[in-house]
Amino acid sequence: MTPKIYIPIDSSALSLGAEEVHQAILSEARSRKIELEIVRNGSRGLFFLEPLVEVETSDGRIAYGPVEVSDVPSLFDKEFFLGKSHDLCLGLTDQIAWLKKQERLTFARVGITDPLNINDYENHDGFKGLRNALKLEPQSIVKEVTDSGLRGRGGAAFPTGIKWQTVLNAPSEKKYIVCNADEGDSGTYSDRMIMENDPFVLIEGMIIAGLAVGADYGYIYLRSEYPHALAVLNKAIDIAKEKNYLGKNILGTKHHFDLEVSRAAGAYICGEETSLLESLEGKRGMVRYKPPLPAIEGLYRKPTVVNNVISLATIPIIMDKGSAFYANFGMGRSKGTLPIQLAGNLRNTGLIEKAFGVTLRELLYDFGGGSATGKPIKAVQVGGPLGAFLPEAQFDTPLDYEKFSAINAVVGHGGIVAFDETVDMSKLARYSFEFCAIESCGKCTPCRIGSTRGMEVIDKIKSGKDQDKNVKLLRDLGDTMVNGSLCAMGGMTPFPVISALNFFPQDFGLENKET
Amino acid sequence: MALTEKQTLKIQQHVLDFKEVPGALLPLMHAIQDDLGYVPEDAYPIISKAYNLSIAEIHGFITFYHHFRTHPAGKNVLQICRAESCQAMGSEEIETYCKSALGIDYHETTDDNLITLEPIYCLGNCACSPAVMINNQVIGRVSKNKIDDIIRAAKEKL
Repeated sequence: MTPKIYIPIDSSALSLGAEEVHQAILSEARSRKIELEIVRNGSRGLFFLEPLVEVETSDGRIAYGPVEVSDVPSLFDKEFFLGKSHDLCLGLTDQIAWLKKQERLTFARVGITDPLNINDYENHDGFKGLRNALKLEPQSIVKEVTDSGLRGRGGAAFPTGIKWQTVLNAPSEKKYIVCNADEGDSGTYSDRMIMENDPFVLIEGMIIAGLAVGADYGYIYLRSEYPHALAVLNKAIDIAKEKNYLGKNILGTKHHFDLEVSRAAGAYICGEETSLLESLEGKRGMVRYKPPLPAIEGLYRKPTVVNNVISLATIPIIMDKGSAFYANFGMGRSKGTLPIQLAGNLRNTGLIEKAFGVTLRELLYDFGGGSATGKPIKAVQVGGPLGAFLPEAQFDTPLDYEKFSAINAVVGHGGIVAFDETVDMSKLARYSFEFCAIESCGKCTPCRIGSTRGMEVIDKIKSGKDQDKNVKLLRDLGDTMVNGSLCAMGGMTPFPVISALNFFPQDFGLENKET
Repeated sequence: MALTEKQTLKIQQHVLDFKEVPGALLPLMHAIQDDLGYVPEDAYPIISKAYNLSIAEIHGFITFYHHFRTHPAGKNVLQICRAESCQAMGSEEIETYCKSALGIDYHETTDDNLITLEPIYCLGNCACSPAVMINNQVIGRVSKNKIDDIIRAAKEKL
């Protein structure tokens, strides 16, 4: 039997040399006259072990990693292609503790299948959710999603079912499904992984959304920083069309649904749903007033579902296994699982899908293995550039929307960025304002002007100028931004700033001072 | 810099291609930039006439989005991620090193037109910080040595 080798094609794996390893394995096999079957799978999300090469055996897949080009000859010497031992051998992939401790629902196939092989997708439970949904009335689909407790995974955590119900109830000939794939938060990459490594699950989720609310057209608004995801999605859409999952009379039913990818153009603000809709309409991404909600008047003023990639990609498993199965995971009002992304200064970075309730400490130390530099972790930022910085004292907070909210923090899109003790928190606070100044759409004065004034006030505090007065001014500015901005850009930028000031005053030159 | 006849024809064709597409401006600008490498300001009047938009509206659109450029870039575009995860892994040092190795600041191009340097805010490669992107290729866990390799490879490609 020809040995089957898996080499990931995820862009993070590629960024670590997976393509070079692929080429080296090909040429080594050729020169040794060994026949191999090579599958380009997605990444398992263990980026500290990428490029992770796997070999299929009768016991399951065996992993080797991280593999460098220089390791390839010795891997062949030891006959890795038969699953034999080598210094880089990690044993059975499924038994790697990092993976074994996870609950992979949305990411069930990621890293296992060939992203663009639709048969592979179908053989791993793909389109089962869609087939169930096709047998149901729209209201029953919406009820299933509502009962699952799924909340918007983009960051706002709004109940997906309620949003869908609003669009379903809105009378209109034309409705749209818009997938927000403008994943701009630093420390997050789960959307990218879904789109690159399991694109059909997103397509399936969008088709189900269309069935549920009565929409026949969808857009994936994809950030321009993801060229690899763009290529994969476009190919996947073509394949889905060929197989009649998309287009007219899908799978021989009376339902139509079509889909296209719209490439964004590098504006962080377009991750905000109303700004995204303006951009899709070919305009500057200026934030809209709400109401009207996009669910009532969205794209081209038609009722529109705007959902994040992960929310939509979670729909198929809910429709396949049922709302009760999904709602059984998690804690409190945070039902189901969250794809958590470990990033920044950690030894073991990567994707962890876990039920809500896992604590930051477990994530940072049990999974993350502590900092990459070996120094103590000083702070973490959860939920992207608008999320608060958390000090060590808060590391026992469980990942749960309400528990985070109670400490003025956000779970957001589940990205966790760790910083070691060498970080200067006042610099990060200043950067929060700088980022806001660069990315503000300019509609609201507190955000447009306040972001620049904020940088200046931090500079003054750090230079020791009228510190008491300027600290008061900074807090006042934060309050104005929070209460005087239409969207989260201006409304949340003060979160990281003020948390840095509260927990790390010494970094602002405020030692021993009442802040 | 006036448009060449070839450039004008290309722009006119793209304008025509997207005329009936809803939200045309976004895909149109991508098509022009993918084709010509930038969106020349001299293209504005053509778009303005065809789409019944003012020059101000088109200029406002282009300048809103970081991705679009109104002047040609160098042969290679090197983008350094400035976002938090990369900062946590020393991206500031990488920024400083790139700027001094190339002798340019952000949004500038080397005299030999080899490399344009730009900041970028997250490449989704946060598990492998610090990250940069050269043209459309993302590179993770970047060190000064890797930057040297990137610059050398760009030179050899010439």
